[in-house]
Amino acid sequence: MSARDNILKRLRERTDGPLTAPPSNFAVVTGRGWSQQERLTRFERWITSVHGEVVHTPRDDWTIALAEVLEAKGIRRLALGREHPVAAEARAALAEGDIVLIDADRDIETWRHEQFHDTDAGLTSTRGAIAETGSLWLWPTSDEPRLLSLVPPIHIAVLDADTIEDTFFDVVESHGWANGMPTNALLISGPSKTADIEQTLAYGVHGPRELVVLLRHAEEYP
Amino acid sequence: MSASEVQTFTPREFHRQAHDALGNPQIRANFRKAMDGLMAKRRDVFSDWDLETLRELGANIRLRALAKLPDLLERLEANCQANGIQVHWAENGDEACRIIRGICERHGAKAVIKGKSMVSEEMHLNAHLEAAGIEALESDLGEYLVQLNEQTPSHIIMPAIHLNTDEISDIMHTRTGTERTRDVDTMTAAARAQLRERFMAADVGVSGVNFAVAETGTLCLVENEGNGRMTTAVPPVHIAVTGIEKVVEHLSDVPPLYALLTRSATGQHVTTYLNMISSPRKPGEHDGPNEVHLVLVDSGRSSIYQDDELLDTLRCIRCGACMNHCPVYTRVGGHTYGTTYPGPIGSILMPHMMGLEATKDLPTASSLCGACGEVCPVKIPIPDLLVRLRRESVGEGRGNVPGAGVKRSKKEVAVWKGFQWLATHPRGWRSSTAIAGKLQALMPSKLGPWTEYRTAPKPAKVSLHALVKRHQAGKFDEDGEERS
Repeated sequence: MSARDNILKRLRERTDGPLTAPPSNFAVVTGRGWSQQERLTRFERWITSVHGEVVHTPRDDWTIALAEVLEAKGIRRLALGREHPVAAEARAALAEGDIVLIDADRDIETWRHEQFHDTDAGLTSTRGAIAETGSLWLWPTSDEPRLLSLVPPIHIAVLDADTIEDTFFDVVESHGWANGMPTNALLISGPSKTADIEQTLAYGVHGPRELVVLLRHAEEYP
Repeated sequence: MSASEVQTFTPREFHRQAHDALGNPQIRANFRKAMDGLMAKRRDVFSDWDLETLRELGANIRLRALAKLPDLLERLEANCQANGIQVHWAENGDEACRIIRGICERHGAKAVIKGKSMVSEEMHLNAHLEAAGIEALESDLGEYLVQLNEQTPSHIIMPAIHLNTDEISDIMHTRTGTERTRDVDTMTAAARAQLRERFMAADVGVSGVNFAVAETGTLCLVENEGNGRMTTAVPPVHIAVTGIEKVVEHLSDVPPLYALLTRSATGQHVTTYLNMISSPRKPGEHDGPNEVHLVLVDSGRSSIYQDDELLDTLRCIRCGACMNHCPVYTRVGGHTYGTTYPGPIGSILMPHMMGLEATKDLPTASSLCGACGEVCPVKIPIPDLLVRLRRESVGEGRGNVPGAGVKRSKKEVAVWKGFQWLATHPRGWRSSTAIAGKLQALMPSKLGPWTEYRTAPKPAKVSLHALVKRHQAGKFDEDGEERS
């Protein structure tokens, strides 16, 4: 018999007999009932508590905020997708400037060295966020591949304020994650960090040193 | 211990190792400081939660997964395969090592980069691969430092917790030529630069799994550093290795367990990354591994599964809160246990993996204060399990643990049998206490470990029972003095 058959047989022929599954009550991880303002406050409080930066911007002018961030951080070479509206709008806005736009929608094998050594920042869209933990929800695509939010030293993520939901459980349930998971689904809550050297917090150990969230508001943010 | 001094530890030498650790002020200080901080952070991060209800949910999710374990493993396998993930089964660590080595060899791999995986520590994967001429490099910063220092992790979440900044500076200087510094950011940046080159050059990435979701065939990895994402996305092949108990039924089971795990482990409201992998690179996608393998390892878990009481051991989500709160672990440190998993969870898990002959001291490495059971996010009754294993070790249990009865001593059994007879036969009791009183001079002054720190008990010349009897018969005055 194979290892698989042996293991399954031992589990099925359990000495103390079959087990009964207890019910699970998920009420404790849902039903927060926060207002939009509360969601925004919580999201911002949590993500900034772990070194994430939040830049509020009117939705229509977000590329101005992007240009300011690039300028402030001295970003010269920006990797980004092409098809997603975030990437398309950024490309249109930055086309005239002196920022070098690096195509992220290429097989990694063809530009690994460039991505690891010669890219200052990666720009991505997000699908939403979680107020309770200050987490961004990303499902990388062929347009915005998974390493785009990981390898460059700065990650700039574009988030729409009205896509922030209360809890992780709410996101998984309301968007039917279980009906079809992508190759890679991610929650990102701040820049890469470690406390492995005597409990001292240090940022940027393997992934980005900085995470900037461009938080787009449909209406004027108070 | 200096950074360059390499020491090997074994559970057989628990007492000697504990003695050494207790006498080492550096170890004592490093652990005390870290554990105090972790306990305070955990308390704070749960302060506005209905923690008992959340723990109840966590326990029930894990119990449900265990109740359906064989079905869920088959479902996980079917869904992973449907997604293009290749699934392998291993009865023990050696078999798992051979499977992983086989995959590496098929790809002609010379360099493996590793994300943190306690199951791979359990099976000594690095040594196995190195013997086959394949370099296995740890990429979690703590694991990297421990590997540079030729040690094993001393904590399941914070592998280098036993080292302080100066020791780490020494290690990085000696092993990698990094300039000596006390600046943590500088050391972290140096490690980042060193490891990034290795990620790019690695042929295979090996990671663990925190939760494997049967419903969707998804592997969830929880981490802060990003090395887990690197390991699973940069090399062309990803091998995930995990114990068969890590499966959960639904994707919706993940949020509550994730909420419990990060808060219990390090007092964080969330980790930087939750990385959920459901397939290798699909046509048209531009990065990620072309092959993903899942290796499911038994290594004694199906044997723990047989027994209703021992089963609770398998609920564990490996947060490490039990060690953070254990007064014994805090004082002796992780290496003293000499096992892959130290602390309370190690003491209830390792006897099944290594047998009670080798681990007989571990279930007694506890004052049964109950802290571990109180903080466990999935409510494992750890103190009860420690007692159960103590009973097993003296042959008083069900014999369901390898090496059961190893501590059984004929003398001890005879002594307790004798005591039991005396304590239930009043006449025998009275005559034997009377004799003991008369022979008190013959009482030995050394009684093994008992008298190392205490004076030997001396039977009274006249027993309390006899005193009361005499008193009642009027032989004593009001002050207890014998009437002349």
